[in-house]
Amino acid sequence: MSWFSTFLTSSIGKKLVMSLTGLFLIVFLLVHLTGNLQLLIDDGGRQFNLYAKFMTSNPFIKITSYGLYAFILLHAVQGILLWLKNRAAKGGGYAVNNTKATNTVAGFAKNMGWLGIIILVFLLIHLYQFWLQMKLGTLPMVNYDGVEVKNLYVPVMDAFSNIGFVIFYVLSMVVIAFHLWHGFQSSFQTLGLNHKKYTPFIQFLGKAYSILIPLGFALIPILFFLRNS
Amino acid sequence: MSDMNLTLKVWRQKNNQSKGSLETYKILASEHMSFLEMLDVLNEQLIQEKKEPLAFEHDCREWICGACSMVINGQPHGPQRGTTTCQLHMRQFKDGDTIVVEPFRAKAFPVIKDLVVDRSAFDRIIQSGGFISVNTGQAVDGNSIPIDKDTASAAFDAATCIGCGACVAACPNASAMLFTSAKVSHLNQLPQGKLEAKQRVLNMVSQMDEEGFGLCSNVTACEAECPKEISVENIARMNREYIGASLTSDKFV
Ligand code: HEM
Ligand code: SF4
Ligand code: FES
Repeated sequence: MSWFSTFLTSSIGKKLVMSLTGLFLIVFLLVHLTGNLQLLIDDGGRQFNLYAKFMTSNPFIKITSYGLYAFILLHAVQGILLWLKNRAAKGGGYAVNNTKATNTVAGFAKNMGWLGIIILVFLLIHLYQFWLQMKLGTLPMVNYDGVEVKNLYVPVMDAFSNIGFVIFYVLSMVVIAFHLWHGFQSSFQTLGLNHKKYTPFIQFLGKAYSILIPLGFALIPILFFLRNS
Repeated sequence: MSDMNLTLKVWRQKNNQSKGSLETYKILASEHMSFLEMLDVLNEQLIQEKKEPLAFEHDCREWICGACSMVINGQPHGPQRGTTTCQLHMRQFKDGDTIVVEPFRAKAFPVIKDLVVDRSAFDRIIQSGGFISVNTGQAVDGNSIPIDKDTASAAFDAATCIGCGACVAACPNASAMLFTSAKVSHLNQLPQGKLEAKQRVLNMVSQMDEEGFGLCSNVTACEAECPKEISVENIARMNREYIGASLTSDKFV
């Protein structure tokens, strides 16, 4: 094996991959939320549809999006493999379980695999519902000042007027919040970035992020539902 | 007075091949006993009943050897923070309590008998890098290499690790990162250890992986249970030294 694959397949190397892909996804969620918040502008979806058009045609964003697909896949596949390997390394637990933790929530940290699997299921449904429609589906067209764009606003409105889906969406955001409550600060520790001067700030930032970002995502379907009913 | 009636549920397992199970015993203990003394009383009781005594490890009984490995009510070395089982006293429990005692669980620490597990994987990790190479000869004067107080203290804190394995036992992934990082941090921070710092961290991590320990999920259960209160800051240090050494060492393997 070359030194590079030895490095990346070592225990620390594998975690490094998890950490870097996780941090990339954290940045992505922030960008994604900024985009989605345009749904709340009361203009019948004009701003949002123009944004969706921009995101699917700008070449720089296209390249980044291929990176994003690869990183989600890598994070999910590697995450599940690690999680299974770790459970096997334990080889069965204790009759009495009493795991303590010092600077995270042990329940979240221990169950990153389960949380991740739920996020993955959400992602697949989410991609089918919106992303695939945008890429392949037959969305109605809408004309803004002579420019024809796909009307992604329509399936969004449909989805968010379904109470079952709104609940599923909101619960999925809670799961993402749990994943990040542990994951955000954990990714810095994995990189070796633990320092008395900065770690308290990273911990704080992680908690703020994992509350505010999922909350922002969850507010959109809730407000849509309330507005439409 | 200070007597206490206890119910013990203790893991009994004949050998590595057999399947074990929890056996229940009643015992009269005193609150002044250490946990190991309480187990000694149990063993006298078992011997009088002509039953096989319980196998458990112990050596110094003074919190320095790390032999007394067992999980008590779901916590390695029991409920008291920063202590080994030999330093745990029965006053931490109440009359009438049921106490569950199990061996450390990790694939890399196979059970030998009852509560005794084989922790020789730790020895092999130490052999792979827990040393400095110096030519022997005259004993070197203790203070010939100046080391500032903060560095010496940080290295010493890491060096207090007694290799007990509680970190592995506490970790849901059975990861040995706290132990290995303590050993790496002990030597890599000191001038004597700096010379071989890169190769040390590469070798020790590679040996750790080979032994079949799990990966670190930063659960920090190790830090919570370590009898020497070794900090997970050492894990971060080992991670950055490993990443740095992998990327910059001259060796291609
Ligand atoms: C929005 C999507 C996601 C984000 C932002 C995210 C973020 C993160 C972050 C930052 C970490 C911490 C990495 C570290 O400890 O160094 C992490 C860990 C983890 N993620 Fe994700 N993740 C996402 C989706 C997923 C999915 C879909 C799965 C699996 C199907 C998954 C499985 C895991 C697992 C198992 C870990 C724990 C690795 C370990 O510490 O042992 N994640 N995630
Ligand atoms: S780090 Fe702590 S728990 Fe782990 S072996 Fe060393 S002393 Fe024991
Ligand atoms: S017997 Fe030595 S530390 Fe407990």
